Amino acid sequence: MTENRRKFLKKSAGVIAGAGVVSGFISKYATGFADAATEKAVTKKKIRWGMVIDMRKCVSGCEKCIDACHLTHNVPDFDNPKDEIKWIWKSDYHKVFPSKSQQFVAAETREKPFLTLCNHCENPPCVKACPTGATFKQSDGIVEMDFHRCIGCRFCMAACPYGSRSFNWRNPRPAIKNITPDYPTREHGVVEKCNFCSERLAKGQQPSCVEACPEKVLTFGNLYDKNSEIRQVLKDNPTIQRKPELGTNPSVFYIT
Amino acid sequence: MIEKALKGNKGYWGWVAFLVAVILLGLYSYSKQLSYGLGVTGMGRDVSWGLYVAQFTFLVGVAASAVMVVLPYYLHDYKEFGKIVVIGEFLAVSAATICLLFILADMGHPDRVLNVLFYPHPKSMVFWDVQVMNGYLLLNIISGWTVLEAERKGVSPPKWIKPIIYLSVVWAISIHTVTAFLYSGTPGRHLWLTAILAPRFLASAFAVGPALLILISFILRKFANFDVGEKAISKLSLIATYAGLANFFFIGVEFFTAFYSNIPSHMHSLQYLFVGLDGKSQLVPWMWFSMIAGLVSVLVLLYQQRRPSNKLLIAACIGIFVSLWIDKGIGLIIGGFVPSPMEEVVEYFPTFIEISVTLGIWAIGLLILTALLKVTVAVKQAA
Repeated sequence: MTENRRKFLKKSAGVIAGAGVVSGFISKYATGFADAATEKAVTKKKIRWGMVIDMRKCVSGCEKCIDACHLTHNVPDFDNPKDEIKWIWKSDYHKVFPSKSQQFVAAETREKPFLTLCNHCENPPCVKACPTGATFKQSDGIVEMDFHRCIGCRFCMAACPYGSRSFNWRNPRPAIKNITPDYPTREHGVVEKCNFCSERLAKGQQPSCVEACPEKVLTFGNLYDKNSEIRQVLKDNPTIQRKPELGTNPSVFYIT
Repeated sequence: MIEKALKGNKGYWGWVAFLVAVILLGLYSYSKQLSYGLGVTGMGRDVSWGLYVAQFTFLVGVAASAVMVVLPYYLHDYKEFGKIVVIGEFLAVSAATICLLFILADMGHPDRVLNVLFYPHPKSMVFWDVQVMNGYLLLNIISGWTVLEAERKGVSPPKWIKPIIYLSVVWAISIHTVTAFLYSGTPGRHLWLTAILAPRFLASAFAVGPALLILISFILRKFANFDVGEKAISKLSLIATYAGLANFFFIGVEFFTAFYSNIPSHMHSLQYLFVGLDGKSQLVPWMWFSMIAGLVSVLVLLYQQRRPSNKLLIAACIGIFVSLWIDKGIGLIIGGFVPSPMEEVVEYFPTFIEISVTLGIWAIGLLILTALLKVTVAVKQAA
């Protein structure tokens, strides 16, 4: 009898504990909308690097940020779109923001080439898709790549909703005009993308695109620091993110 | 038992020699790909998966379809499948093997493939796919081989094989579900971002697999003097019919949701596949052929249930195979990348190297299947 009772108690304890775990699991997902989640994260982490791109200041035809980035990171230059590798580039408004209003858009917005790069999402789908952890999110919010672990399955490219990732379809080295010895070159068979100049940030420098821009189009800083310049810019201007409806929470913001 | 695959007539060795030749061509092309990189294929920055991943997706279905003979035979004691059940399992073995080979062929760094196991990331669907595919391969080798071995010795199969067979039934569903999850969990690809993808995968698999088994049965009847039985073939055609109908129903449902809701991003890929987008319409004739051939074949299958005709049955099975190969082996994967996340319409043309690697891998699958079926037929004919 006592034996049975003990068993019963053990079982019910197990059931209750299980229910507790399940309800905890459910409530984890029960918390609501994007802004609430962001505020919560702010209290836990110290740094989340982000960027504001002020397209009002960006000059069409100027490619200084792109050149600086591609030089810094040994990005090859192939003359065909199939093999192309891009870390930061310019594209049309409707391609960068396909889910934004396309009707009656002001001509200067519609015709202006928009800067685009990896969004360093707070919830990066590429990181989730990667089977080896070759692409991963750092504690400072940067989505990084380990070129030596990448198996070249290109799942991250299928998962990225922004087309921010490039694959080395062939040996990139012959297509690099000036090799910068500070940053590794890659080989065929691995994926690469913008790393927010994580190697320069470690030395206390700004990303090379930010530094290269003569018009101060790019503001870079810590999104979790309430007193940072970037937070001030975000406070003072209406900004948009790419495809916010996907819940990826991009760390790159645009002033159109 | 495997030595039975080494005895055959001229026709058998001719077929094997042909397959080996195709494999060698594939290997040669693959060596080119290894040294130059995946740039030798038609894939590029926008369409970053192509023929290889598409074949993988299609063949997971063929592998999973073994459950359509295993389940009736072992779970419902449907004796008429007695001769075909091992054939179904061995078809699964060969299909699952080349699924893994297609994944390997698609990798930029195949030498690092073990990183998937060294640094396991359970949040990635690929991690689970590797587990379920290898597991499924193993389950089917073990159950097929053990049951056949017992038959050769004239004893009943060991008891421990039953749980393994039951496990393989559940496992079959899992391989195609996980494979669908590879695609349906990606936030930016609207053709794939649909809850019905896994059911649709299963339906098309259960149409293609039995159709293929029917064709294999006719080939064995003609070239190996081995008959799986009229009733088995008739039951398989019934399964293929209704699975085929379910598949086309699911495709229709996709069209309704996309076009009635009128959400552009949901319509784009379907528009590209069926009417063309941005003036690019390379796949349109393929997709229409696939739809029409598939629907007509299903109707023919339905018709010949009443008035059996081997000619019609064979034609319909070929029709279903070709139709669903186009649908899943071309349309679904390429269509997922068009338009790109930046709404660019870039078309994809496989190269000769890519096609020959693909044929080479198919030939490896056929060689494995040929050898396994040779053993099966020899054992069954001796018994």
